[in-house]
Amino acid sequence: MASPQPRVGVVTYPGSQDDRDALWALAALDAEAVPVWHEERELPDLDAVVLPGGFSYGDYLRCGAIARFSPATAAVREFADAGGLVLGICNGFQILCEAGLLPGALLQNETLRFVCRDVPLVVERNDIPFTSRCAVGQRIVIPVKHGDGRWYAPPEVVRELEANRQVVVRYGEPCNGSVADVAGVCNERGNVLGLMPHPEHAVDPLLGSADGALVLASLVEAARERALALI
Amino acid sequence: MKATVLVRPKQGILDPQGDAVETALGHLGFSVAHARVGKVVDLELDASDPGEARAQVERMCEQLLANPLIESYDVEIHG
Repeated sequence: MASPQPRVGVVTYPGSQDDRDALWALAALDAEAVPVWHEERELPDLDAVVLPGGFSYGDYLRCGAIARFSPATAAVREFADAGGLVLGICNGFQILCEAGLLPGALLQNETLRFVCRDVPLVVERNDIPFTSRCAVGQRIVIPVKHGDGRWYAPPEVVRELEANRQVVVRYGEPCNGSVADVAGVCNERGNVLGLMPHPEHAVDPLLGSADGALVLASLVEAARERALALI
Repeated sequence: MKATVLVRPKQGILDPQGDAVETALGHLGFSVAHARVGKVVDLELDASDPGEARAQVERMCEQLLANPLIESYDVEIHG
């Protein structure tokens, strides 16, 4: 039997920017990439969802603060609560933090400068669906491009997250002033991940690195397992 | 009824904008010990009672205008 193509949704908000790259990258990794409009109150039948980068609602007030109330975000929350796989990239990470689906908040970079470059990252765990193709301690290179990527949580929250191993990816060199060099955190259950770096921009070696495919292919593989389990 | 909301970065949170302002003021010859940069939101409300207006605006702050993890807020109600 041919393995089914998992269906991975990508939500487009007004001001989303990397939705097309995410759709392209997921399709390149053999998923059926499904565009989801922000006004959808119910998600179509999906095996995973990606919230892409960009400047949803102009990043007004705080990054992700308005997108948090969009109908599609409410549907994504239900999907995540039911155990569905959700990956938020950059602005998607900010939205998930504002929505309370992930811990912490993303503040303006320490340097007040927009950073746009490839950064080395260290993978801290590979026992969640988003990093299964990586080795623990593996250094990968994925680009960042953000002005508000400094992840922050109060010390007691950071201690709890470290104890629960919720820090999934750290910067391998100073990037934006994030507490504990956090580049990506997951929820306690491990089905929701937020990443400031952009794996969808690093899927083809022509663009400098294909390490982003390690993350997205892990997600597609996990989505495929879920699709198979439903048959 | 009108309301003004002042949103500030919480104490202990690094505020690089505030630091930049502090440095710039120093260059201008002002002696400033500490600068923090926040936001002001002016609102016109459909409420006649100041207490009710304040309660409404505080709910707005908790739900949208401030992120309690990183920001504190003050509400002023003007008649």
